[in-house]
Amino acid sequence: MPRQPLDAFSAGLPADTRAAVYQSTKATHEKRTRLLYDQFADPDELRRIAGGIKQHVIENLDRMLPAAEARLQANGAQVHWAATADDACTAVLRIMQARGATKMVKAKTMVSEEIGLAAFLARHGIEALETDLGEFIVQIDGDHPSHIVRPIIHKNRREIARSFERHGLGPYNDDPTIITRRARQFLRHKYLQADVGLTGANFLSVESGRLVVVTNEGNSRFCLAAPRCHIALVGLEKLVPRDRDLGLLLNLLARSATAQQLTVYTEFIAGPKAAAQPDGPEEMHVIFVDNGRTAALASDCREILRCIRCGACLNVCPVYRQVSGHAYRSVYPGPLGAVLTPLLAGDKFPEFADLPKASSLCGACHEVCPVDIPIPDLLLRLRAKGKAAGALLAAAGTPSMGAWALLASQPLAWKAALLGGKALDFLPTKLLPLPALQAWAQKRTLPGWRGGEFRRWLKRRNKA
Amino acid sequence: MNSARDQILARVRSALAPLPQRAPLPEWEQTLVRHRSPQPATDLWATFAGQLTAVNGTPLDSAAGLVALLEQHGWRRGYCDPALWPRLQAAFPVNFTVETIFDRARVDDFDFGITAASGAIAETGTLILTDAGTSSRLAALAPWVHVAVLGRSQIHADISAALAVLPADPNVIWVTGPSKTADVEGILIEGVHGPGRQLALLLDE
Repeated sequence: MPRQPLDAFSAGLPADTRAAVYQSTKATHEKRTRLLYDQFADPDELRRIAGGIKQHVIENLDRMLPAAEARLQANGAQVHWAATADDACTAVLRIMQARGATKMVKAKTMVSEEIGLAAFLARHGIEALETDLGEFIVQIDGDHPSHIVRPIIHKNRREIARSFERHGLGPYNDDPTIITRRARQFLRHKYLQADVGLTGANFLSVESGRLVVVTNEGNSRFCLAAPRCHIALVGLEKLVPRDRDLGLLLNLLARSATAQQLTVYTEFIAGPKAAAQPDGPEEMHVIFVDNGRTAALASDCREILRCIRCGACLNVCPVYRQVSGHAYRSVYPGPLGAVLTPLLAGDKFPEFADLPKASSLCGACHEVCPVDIPIPDLLLRLRAKGKAAGALLAAAGTPSMGAWALLASQPLAWKAALLGGKALDFLPTKLLPLPALQAWAQKRTLPGWRGGEFRRWLKRRNKA
Repeated sequence: MNSARDQILARVRSALAPLPQRAPLPEWEQTLVRHRSPQPATDLWATFAGQLTAVNGTPLDSAAGLVALLEQHGWRRGYCDPALWPRLQAAFPVNFTVETIFDRARVDDFDFGITAASGAIAETGTLILTDAGTSSRLAALAPWVHVAVLGRSQIHADISAALAVLPADPNVIWVTGPSKTADVEGILIEGVHGPGRQLALLLDE
């Protein structure tokens, strides 16, 4: 029987990477929980309301998207729409070409990862430099982020020190303070030379057209202080109805993502810089990105579009903690990714049909989700979809259920099997008929066989 | 109108068409997100100062205190908002070099930047900066030390109170402590791209 791809990947994961991912996700999760329960009387109530607000948004996007567009334009931003990843990359390129721009500094945005923006721009002779420390390290390594909030959770300081040395950022030194200072010194001059600053958006208020961007490092602020043009990539689902709703969502986002009351820099951006302000963009562009989101909206898993990308479900997931982010073969790992990746994949759905199986359905992801997404339910719906579509990967690592179905639908065969089960009490593990069953039984001590007792009990009860 | 816009909105409409009804917008009370605190805060500056300290920022209540701190670390070259300088100049000894124009070609020459805050949030120790209030975005960001000058009447109790009066400004920024990262092995390092030290100076009219 083929293993699940996730298992196969996990088998090759170095032990220290596994330990690092486990320790740091666990620590963040525990701190998050303490902070929420210490400071709020009923955090679950907050999660339910936040979920309700985001569900309202996604079910009213037909009305809210044009309303948000109008507000953005009134604020002086130019609005573009991109149906696919290619369209989004091309839109960015056109804006840059129209300005004769060749240098971009990027704040952390998962959408830019999703559409492969940096590589696309590089092919067109444009330098698109990551400025978030983790993303910068991922970029100079030609690697990929393995966590949506902590991109280099899979790397240790020695690897980072070697990368810095290779890239001429100073002789080997694995002190995190030195690493950070060197990145600070290198990047601040890049900001000042850049023509364009690119950001994502954590939220976009329909009421005011304000984009909300949060970072701890201050890199997105620098992207909006030095360059003269701001481009924001915004997934269709990022809207919130009113500014006051941000009070709830910001409170939940920072706690869920990094166990902070508030992220260090919370920026509310409503258009290009003020006329009297010497620094910052004179031009602002917002690109609404679909890239599979409308397909997710049309599916029976549309709740996933509530997601605010906090990473709490990754941190709590027993599977993510063991396999790390790259196992998911996608920009979006963990429980959220197991739902979102197949949905965004379009025709390539069968290639990711195994991901919804990468869960024990323990429900921890639902329990921590700041927007109350019923992730286990969505995983089950996607498993059913994979089976119905006949996707090969949907069955990887799962025994065929055909024999079981035959057995369970023939009363005589069932009775015989129940009697036969008794034999398991006496059969040595080595003689078990299926290798998988052998492997399973080797690690467990089984209680004595009691098959058939329920049927006997029911018969007696019906007679009485 | 462009075709991508029409195409996307058409897909959104057809995705939503089968829904028998749309989820309503939940109403919620601002009190829901107010922190549990042992006693109600009466002195907002005191609460703010405590919370700012908790996020490794530094509250100061006099220009003399600011100068002493800068002197102690040898931070003698800096920028000051020209509108604030007349109020602060007297406190600065002559061995300080303070400029009122931030020259972006010399970002590394400035140890500190002094700009005006447009408000603060007591509950979280947050400073509020705006384009209208900040004389230079870069001066408030690039130097190692940022000093935000604040008046007592500008302090909001909590996030909801601050959101209710969000100024009509293209760039409102809430700053909660110094710039920081934990990207490398989860170890906290302050001063990544923005200030390594975040100071708030109370200066009442």
